[in-house]
Amino acid sequence: MNVKGCLFCLLPVTADAQGFAGLGADAEGFAVPQPDPVFAFPADHGSHFDYRIEWWYLTANLQDANGVPYGLQWTLFRSALAPTTSEDWSSPQIWMGHAAVTTPDEHYVSERFARDGIGQADVVAAPFEAWIDDWSLAGDWTTLDMTASGANFAYDMALTAQGPLIFHGDAGYSVKSASGRASYYYSQPFFDIAGTLQLPEGAIAVTGNAWLDREWSSQPLADNQTGWDWFSLSFDDGNKLMGFRLQQTDGGNFTSATWIAADGTTTAYSDGFLTATPLAQNAEDVPIKWQVELPVQGVDVTVAAINENAWMTTSVPYWEGPVTVRGSHSGVGYLEMTGYD
Amino acid sequence: MTRVVLQALLSHWWRNPLQLFSLLAGLALATALWSGVQAVNAEARASYDAAATTLGEGQYDRLQRRDGQPMDQATYVQLRRAGWLVSPVVQGRLNGVRIVGIDPLTAPGGAGPTLTDDAADVGRFLSGDGQVFASATTARDLPELEVIISPETAAGTALTDIGLAQRLLGKTNQIDSLIVLPGQPVTQTAISDIAPQLIRQQAQGGSDIGRLTDSFHLNLTAFGMLSFAVGIFIVNGAIGLAFEQRRPVVRTLRALGVPLRRLITVMAAELMLFALVAGMIGVALGYVIAALLLPDVAATLRGLYGAEVSGTLQLRPVWWLSGLAIALGGTGLAASGALYKLSRMPLLAAAQPRALAMAAGRTARLQGIAAAALLTISVLLMFTADGLIGGFALLGALLIGAALALPLILNRILASTSALAKTITAQWFWADTRQQLPGLSLALMALLLAMAANVGVSTMVSSFRVTFVEFLDQRLASELYVRPENATQAAALVDFATPRVDAVIPIQSAEISIGDQPTDLFGARDHSTYRDNWTFLQATSDAWDTTFAGETIIINEQLSRRAGLNIGDEITVQDKTFAIAAVYGDYGNPIGQALINEATFATLYPTITPENFGLRMDPANVGAFVTELSAQTGISISQTVDQANIKAFSLGVFERTFTVTTALNILTLAVAGFAILMSLLTLATMRVPQLAPAWAMGMTRRQIGQLELLRAVLLAMLTAVIALPLGLALAWALLAVVNVAAFGWELPMYLFPADYARLGLFALLAAALAALWPARRLARTPPAELLKVFSNER
Repeated sequence: MNVKGCLFCLLPVTADAQGFAGLGADAEGFAVPQPDPVFAFPADHGSHFDYRIEWWYLTANLQDANGVPYGLQWTLFRSALAPTTSEDWSSPQIWMGHAAVTTPDEHYVSERFARDGIGQADVVAAPFEAWIDDWSLAGDWTTLDMTASGANFAYDMALTAQGPLIFHGDAGYSVKSASGRASYYYSQPFFDIAGTLQLPEGAIAVTGNAWLDREWSSQPLADNQTGWDWFSLSFDDGNKLMGFRLQQTDGGNFTSATWIAADGTTTAYSDGFLTATPLAQNAEDVPIKWQVELPVQGVDVTVAAINENAWMTTSVPYWEGPVTVRGSHSGVGYLEMTGYD
Repeated sequence: MTRVVLQALLSHWWRNPLQLFSLLAGLALATALWSGVQAVNAEARASYDAAATTLGEGQYDRLQRRDGQPMDQATYVQLRRAGWLVSPVVQGRLNGVRIVGIDPLTAPGGAGPTLTDDAADVGRFLSGDGQVFASATTARDLPELEVIISPETAAGTALTDIGLAQRLLGKTNQIDSLIVLPGQPVTQTAISDIAPQLIRQQAQGGSDIGRLTDSFHLNLTAFGMLSFAVGIFIVNGAIGLAFEQRRPVVRTLRALGVPLRRLITVMAAELMLFALVAGMIGVALGYVIAALLLPDVAATLRGLYGAEVSGTLQLRPVWWLSGLAIALGGTGLAASGALYKLSRMPLLAAAQPRALAMAAGRTARLQGIAAAALLTISVLLMFTADGLIGGFALLGALLIGAALALPLILNRILASTSALAKTITAQWFWADTRQQLPGLSLALMALLLAMAANVGVSTMVSSFRVTFVEFLDQRLASELYVRPENATQAAALVDFATPRVDAVIPIQSAEISIGDQPTDLFGARDHSTYRDNWTFLQATSDAWDTTFAGETIIINEQLSRRAGLNIGDEITVQDKTFAIAAVYGDYGNPIGQALINEATFATLYPTITPENFGLRMDPANVGAFVTELSAQTGISISQTVDQANIKAFSLGVFERTFTVTTALNILTLAVAGFAILMSLLTLATMRVPQLAPAWAMGMTRRQIGQLELLRAVLLAMLTAVIALPLGLALAWALLAVVNVAAFGWELPMYLFPADYARLGLFALLAAALAALWPARRLARTPPAELLKVFSNER
């Protein structure tokens, strides 16, 4: 077994004991999110080395000139072995990048790893730049430039924010379990995005909208939580919905949702308001069609994968891909499912 | 019924335990040599693979600085940020152990330590806390480090995180090379735009060491095959004898109504059972042989190629299964002829001793054509072969062609001598010898191959040894070599040594690439040590003068051959162009080497300081000097090597090579002697009808026995005479074709007549010993037996 696989042995993928990818691991020595956070920007766009895990997570629903739908992902994960950092190889922070492009027929994935402390990967708050190797996400959060590449794809995108930052849960304190595990979680779901996809068939000009999540914590999952199903839906009427369902070993689950009105005002819903029910599975038993309901907002929609095989063949595998939304509301969105491997 | 038949057949072995022994022993011996050699090869290959996976060595392209110096760590980050998937490697030596530092996060999938061990901890590995992976033997050389025993780490190598390796080796922020990973992204900036000082070394396609040592393993394999072939001759002889003697049993069984098919099945099953038993004994013996040979092979490989091979043997299914398979296959091959004859034999047929000779006559023509064709091919290959495969094809064609031609040549010789014979006895002797040829030819071929291999291999090894000893005397001219740890120690050494010794010769080198060949470039000080001792293969008249004037360069034979460079050609090093003034022999060095003037070297590589110093002094003072040096400057004794030690070590390597080849030589020769014994025993029984008329005409049995002995010695002698030129041709092919392909240098061929004479004597002695017993048996054949021939009562 090679070291990269083992890296996440630190965050061991043992469903019963420590949750998915070790996100339920003990937080000893690390800071733990507290209620009533006060964020300071641009500093909080940067790294929080005293927390165990953190990510800059961008997904986008795109279309080309002929109306063909595409999905795009750009993610930088930071995973800490210890709550410190230094300017050499001994820095205990590890960076992992995931990039993907999903077409109706194909799913292109690339993964990068980097040590901290030598400049190969990092996140600088001001002027904001998050990078790993040649992948980068840089700008002032009103506009951002984004690039990534893999063995068979690349993209170069420009993003423009059309609305405010959104804070999930209680002003950015997002509770993940009945026992009170939590993370800091905010998003910029209002990006317009335009750029070029480089695919094996050639360059494709695309436009669409993008959703950037920021989240950090030290032990977001409880011991009995094994994975999650996460939805970011953008309805045609301008409203948006973020919802997730955390699976528990006892078969039950814990849900949470944020209703985002077109003007950026938010309503947070704690456990039980949102329900998500799998309707159909793909050949690998991963649910690729869901019924998502948030009755208090009159939402009852069917969420279906554009490409059933959007499996991320990365060190820690998961499903992540674009979806279409039909029912009480229609639109597009992104679906992430973990704990199914 | 089957049980009764089997009982009847097996009773033969009870009555002839010696035959059973020779059958089992022949097969076991053949299997033992074969599987022993395979075991050694498998062990060595596994060691190379471990080395290759440690670093992905040879599997991936690499980026290195053109001048061979470490690159700045920033270059690595720049390349990553430009889209290049490269992984950094830093390496160096600590206590003689090769420390390799890698970044496990970017290293190719197969690289890196196996972290299955409980003691391994990725977090500690990465955070530079001192986790080092090495084999148990290597770990002993690194007492001050926390070493995690990992048997899969290559011998002599310790693997650790790049951060820790940089600290241990004093190479902070330096990187020696970058592994270029497969699956590069689609968008990248050209390397030349980011780091023009880097060059890309192509992957070797398989491990470098593996390729380098291929010839050595091919040699061993060839020996193994040869032994096996000879062993099969024995088995063939034993089976032939058994079948011949059991003809009456078979006749009786069939007369009693046993179906032919069942009889053949039972006999085949019987043989396969023997094969299985002998095969298992053989594999066990093979393990013993391999265990005995392996330390020598390991030392040879380390000395010759720098390849680290573990000295302990592991039981690998690959070779013991192949050993059993080859024992079964070999028996099948040897028995098929006998079983075929049995199936075609008329129910009540009397024995037909002449049949063998008559059948041989029919195939002689075919054999002659095949021999001529193979020998023609080998002559053509002598002029055209230039690779390892060609070299071994040449060896194969030569040996098999000569073996096939042997009976024909012997037949011709015997025919011409019999024409000269005056007396009736002499005429009968020659004619009878000719008639026996077909029956003995397999054994004689075995003897020919064993002797030729002996002559060829010992000529090669001895030539190598003579050349190498001369070479060591020339090149290791300094009485003491000292390797300071750093510049301070180097300065202290120079200060201390200068007034006390005849000369201090700094030795500095850079790893560079000339004509795409990895090359060590040396900067040499103008000193008589070089002028007096180095001999050139080719040189201009003033090679040293122009080289020490900084105008020219001299290169080793390996570089000359591989890069196609000759005297007068120009080489550019760091933008300075040198003409080649001379080519020198550099035996035992796997890579290219070049030498320029010290001052010129210093201007081209200002940052490189001498890593090694040669000190010229009275050999008698070396011991005292080292003690004083250590006391005064703190340079430890382990940093010094005296000339006598290096020579002793290098020669030790050769002696060990000798051990391996000598052991195999003796074994093949012994097996060939055994083959002759078995063939003669087989023939002796069949020959009674032929000898009976000679006895009836008045020759005594004693005379007949003496003539038998004489005949065996004569045939062995003739074979030896033919084996000598064949062996020399073999030696030439090994030295001039295989060696050049494998090592990159040609060795002068020396002849060792005394050795050949001794070998010839041994061969005659072996043949005589083998013939003695059958001859005695013939001499003591009861007259009644001889009389039976005339009364059809056999």
